[in-house]
Amino acid sequence: MKILVCISHVPDTTSKINFTDGDTKFDTSGVQFVINPNDEFGLTRAMWFKEKQGATVHVINVGGAETEPTLRKALAIGADEAIRINTPAVDGFSVAKQLAHVVKEGGYDLVIAGRESIDYNGGMVPGMLAKLTGNNFVNTCIGLEIDGEKATAIREIDGGKETLKTSLPLVIGGQKGIVEESDLRIPNMRGIMQARTKPLTVKEPIESNPETATVGFEKPAPKGQVKLVDSVDELINLLHNEAKVI
Amino acid sequence: MSVLVYTESEERKIKKIALEAVSYAKAIADQMGTTVTAVCINADNTSELGKYGASKVLEVSNDKLAKFNGEAYADLIAQAAKKEGAKIVVMTSSANSKFLAPTLAVDLNAGFVPNVVGLPESTSPLKVKHSVFTNKAFAYTEFKTDISIIGLGKNSFGVKENETSITSEAFSPNLDSHDFDMEIVSVDKATDQVTIADAEIVVSGGRGLKGPENWGIIEDLAKTLGAATACSKPVSDMGWRPHSEHVGQTGKPVAANLYIAIGISGAIQHLAGINASKVKVVINNDPEAPFFKAADYGMVGDAFEIVPKLTEKLKEFKAQNN
Ligand SMILES: Cc1cc2nc3c(=O)[nH]c(=O)nc-3n(C[C@H](O)[C@H](O)[C@H](O)COP(=O)(O)OP(=O)(O)OC[C@H]3O[C@@H](n4cnc5c(N)ncnc54)[C@H](O)[C@@H]3O)c2cc1C
Repeated sequence: MKILVCISHVPDTTSKINFTDGDTKFDTSGVQFVINPNDEFGLTRAMWFKEKQGATVHVINVGGAETEPTLRKALAIGADEAIRINTPAVDGFSVAKQLAHVVKEGGYDLVIAGRESIDYNGGMVPGMLAKLTGNNFVNTCIGLEIDGEKATAIREIDGGKETLKTSLPLVIGGQKGIVEESDLRIPNMRGIMQARTKPLTVKEPIESNPETATVGFEKPAPKGQVKLVDSVDELINLLHNEAKVI
Repeated sequence: MSVLVYTESEERKIKKIALEAVSYAKAIADQMGTTVTAVCINADNTSELGKYGASKVLEVSNDKLAKFNGEAYADLIAQAAKKEGAKIVVMTSSANSKFLAPTLAVDLNAGFVPNVVGLPESTSPLKVKHSVFTNKAFAYTEFKTDISIIGLGKNSFGVKENETSITSEAFSPNLDSHDFDMEIVSVDKATDQVTIADAEIVVSGGRGLKGPENWGIIEDLAKTLGAATACSKPVSDMGWRPHSEHVGQTGKPVAANLYIAIGISGAIQHLAGINASKVKVVINNDPEAPFFKAADYGMVGDAFEIVPKLTEKLKEFKAQNN
């Protein structure tokens, strides 16, 4: 089985979010970048397939050279090869088009992406990629078993879960649950050494125009002070008469 | 050239978020001098959509679509959009809409922006404000495509009445066999509980509750308020509560009217998931807990004393006010 794991390079979850250039650009100074948490769960599931059922695992990112340490980390965790498509990720649709080109050329059986990346929260790349490649698609995937060409996936839905049967080639949007957090891997010294010699191929992008353009950013208005109360009666009164939520 | 809105239903009943989407679609249609067409799959009482501004509803009635099917539903909405010549398609941000919208975007060669938080800043070019960085900021994005898909964030516009006379029309899309490549084997859903996605009020517990055996006080409070229950990440990691209740950056987003956090410290990753909620109440025994900085109302004290008292008083309050 040939697996491709899409890796988004995102600010670490504790990052303070700031903007520069008149609030038109994300301020990367002092920000540490990591593998998108949803992708990390998917990468770990891919490693499980590799070890238990036999698979080659490639990882891919659409982005500039600054994302290579994140790809190297995925190699250190155990992926066999990395691909970087050398163009900034400006909108979800154009990222999906770049990825679709590689998926078609590479003949992947399974593509694992994260449900969404925690920077722009678009949640659109996996679904667009599935549609562009004509592959089946399962979003918010919290369980995946593969037996030959057949796949059984569990998907989280509002208020519960759903079990689906489908077939390869398949694209999933994965998240926590597809593996447990305790199964996530930290690269060890041997993995880090090996990652240095594993192939990281840089591909030039295909021609594509973005469908949307982000032109500015804004931070939420600062919040007023919390109203501290001493009694539950007072709290109920405020929620009813002031906030009008009960 | 109408605005098309996909109105989700469940068990043949139109969902409240769908009414919000219609209200929003109507406001855009008014900005653009056009009308709203709703597309509704296997639902009863579709005429109620007129109350919120839809002037036409395309009614799909098909047993093969009784359960959600991403491929087929997207195919169907795309056909409806083409039939209506829609330039804007409005969807919600439910799990199913987020599944559908990207597929639909490819079908229609349309730009898609999710988590939109208000009416467009401009309509030509169409420019919307949406939440990014898991609610830690907002972005302004312009569409460059002929057709635009807007994913409306829950509770970001509100349900607004706007009585419009409505006609309904049966709509039978052409579905092909590829639409049914996926077979739903089972659906496992707690039907008697309010879900986080639909809830107006969410009662959430953290590690401060000490163990799963203490969750009765959370459930009692939630039941009294008709609320959904939720939790912080360590709580679900330890298996005290199901993963589906984990709220935050790596869990579920909550855009409720009222979010009550009990024994939760208020770590940045937790707050990121609940920032879109309107009113936040915090009960915590540590006055230094960071959550107090993000909250509207707070009580410093022991949850095991406060919560049962709050539930009891709320029951009295409800008895008097209903
Ligand atoms: C990559 C990453 C992603 C993450 N994503 C998320 C996420 O999506 N959601 C999330 O929640 N967390 C997330 N976290 C974890 C987050 O950083 C915090 O660890 C977590 O939110 C803390 O949960 P807690 O407040 O329940 O527990 P604690 O930090 O243990 O806090 C418990 C609180 O309860 C209070 N308390 C104790 N006893 C009582 C009592 N008797 N009465 C009243 N109050 C009491 C304490 O004062 C304390 O404030 C993430 C972390 C990482 C690294």
